[in-house]
Amino acid sequence: MELLVASGIGILFGTGVYLLLRARTFPVMLGLTFISYAVNVFIFAMGRLASGVPPLLREGPELHADPLPQALVLTAIVISFAMTALVLALAVALNAATGSDHVDGRPEGPRS
Amino acid sequence: MSAAMVSAVGQLVALPFVLPVMVAGVLLALGDQRRARACRTLSIVSCAGLLACSGLLLGWSAGDAPAVYAMGNWPAPFGIVFVLDRLSALMLAVTAVLGLACAWYSLGGWDSRGRHFHALLQLQLAGLNGAFLTGDLFNLFVCFELLLIASYGLMLHGGGVERLRATFHYVVYNLVASSVFLIAAGLLYGMTGTLNLADLAIEVAAAPAEDAALLRSAGLLLAVVFAVKAAVLPLAFWLQGGYDSASPPVACLFAVMTKLGVYSMIRVFTVVFGANAGGASDLAQPWWLPAGIATLLFAAIAAASARSLGALAAQLVAVSAGTLLIAVGTGTAQGLGAALLYLLHASLAGALLFLVCGEVVASRPGAGARLAPGPRIGEWRTGLAFLFAALAAAGLPPLSGFVAKLGVLRAALEAAGAAAAWIALLGSTLVAVIALARAGSILFWRPAATRSGPSEPPSRCSRSQPSR
Repeated sequence: MELLVASGIGILFGTGVYLLLRARTFPVMLGLTFISYAVNVFIFAMGRLASGVPPLLREGPELHADPLPQALVLTAIVISFAMTALVLALAVALNAATGSDHVDGRPEGPRS
Repeated sequence: MSAAMVSAVGQLVALPFVLPVMVAGVLLALGDQRRARACRTLSIVSCAGLLACSGLLLGWSAGDAPAVYAMGNWPAPFGIVFVLDRLSALMLAVTAVLGLACAWYSLGGWDSRGRHFHALLQLQLAGLNGAFLTGDLFNLFVCFELLLIASYGLMLHGGGVERLRATFHYVVYNLVASSVFLIAAGLLYGMTGTLNLADLAIEVAAAPAEDAALLRSAGLLLAVVFAVKAAVLPLAFWLQGGYDSASPPVACLFAVMTKLGVYSMIRVFTVVFGANAGGASDLAQPWWLPAGIATLLFAAIAAASARSLGALAAQLVAVSAGTLLIAVGTGTAQGLGAALLYLLHASLAGALLFLVCGEVVASRPGAGARLAPGPRIGEWRTGLAFLFAALAAAGLPPLSGFVAKLGVLRAALEAAGAAAAWIALLGSTLVAVIALARAGSILFWRPAATRSGPSEPPSRCSRSQPSR
């Protein structure tokens, strides 16, 4: 499971960085979304990977899920969701104002 | 952390965060279209209240040990705490002064060039105050986000393509920085099981040797995030576009945002990754001095080649960031003291220069802040204010910036790269003086005699048509 989660985070982050370096606003936004997914899974994994452990403290089982990373992830999800909406609105406004989806608002970028 | 701390005056520690958040809510509910007068009054009253509160806290923190305010009375490692010491009280006071200046200046008409200016301003102040007060790494992230979200709105304030473009770059850049912050915070939590700064210091110092590599990575990721906020060289390219295109009252408030980056560096890298942090001790210390020197040299060149007063002011903010890093990079108490004095001075000087830039733009129709001959600036007080702001920004003798820079120079004398630091500090001061003198003589002494309109498009500062 460790290998799967670790490579998943790596692939998500790599995809995000690749898309972020595109010169068009929509891939940049997708890249940011991928990066925030990668970060969320990473924080979640920092609470240690375990399956089938109870989320609440109870008599009996030794191991419990760590609630703090879940709270952190929840906050991070809310913030990144709002930020994605803002970036999308900015990209649409930039497109409407310059007639281009280039990140610098140039009419024709060298390549996308 | 004792019960005695939670007294009536102890509750005051949370006020610089709680008051602007509540006022922002009321302002949004009022709506600034119909009740513009009420909104303006409320915003000014809130800023004045913050100033009074931070003055009280500053006086109160003068001799005492740090005061801790635990949210909901949850004890420190489990709940969220605000910590007030002399440094955070000082930064609160600077923020309150700049907040009041920004709100007051915006009454001249800037606040009605877009919607919800005052609500965003209050949210930004709440974020700044929270970031200065918090004693918890994740809460620092949340406050960073709060002030950034407000700053995106403020940066767009006034509308226009140039602002839209600069804000898009600024938002994307800061979102990536926030992701890096989250990775660092997650890593630190995974290694130590805590995010409270004081608790982190204990855990990091006691961490086993095999964890040192991961802890060092987390610490250096944090250094990268703070370097983005402080506009340190390889990560500083958002600065000029953002600050130059922002409206003058907003740029005035933003002058303290880069200082927040330096504050966070000082806070985290002395408390958590300080001299006693075991395998991760003095983590970022070797990086500050070279980064500061590089930032200074680059900003000095950019300041000398600035084409508008706004761009020049933005680069002088970067010059002050570089100077601060050199002072922090000396690693001595003397250097830190000089850094704090310079921090105080540079925030106010930078803010003043941006406000003067706003006045210059207002009195040069058609030419804006572009450094080219334009209409005569009739108001003698603008010229006097520019002289004052330029002296302050360059750090020349009659004002406190001179004492602070002298302190930085003296502290740098004992550092490893003393010669390079001295050359960068003195050279950047010289270039700043020349650039400011050139800007002043072009703006105030060379009015265009014949030209009726500019042949080039006016500077970004002047392209500020109201857009609804």
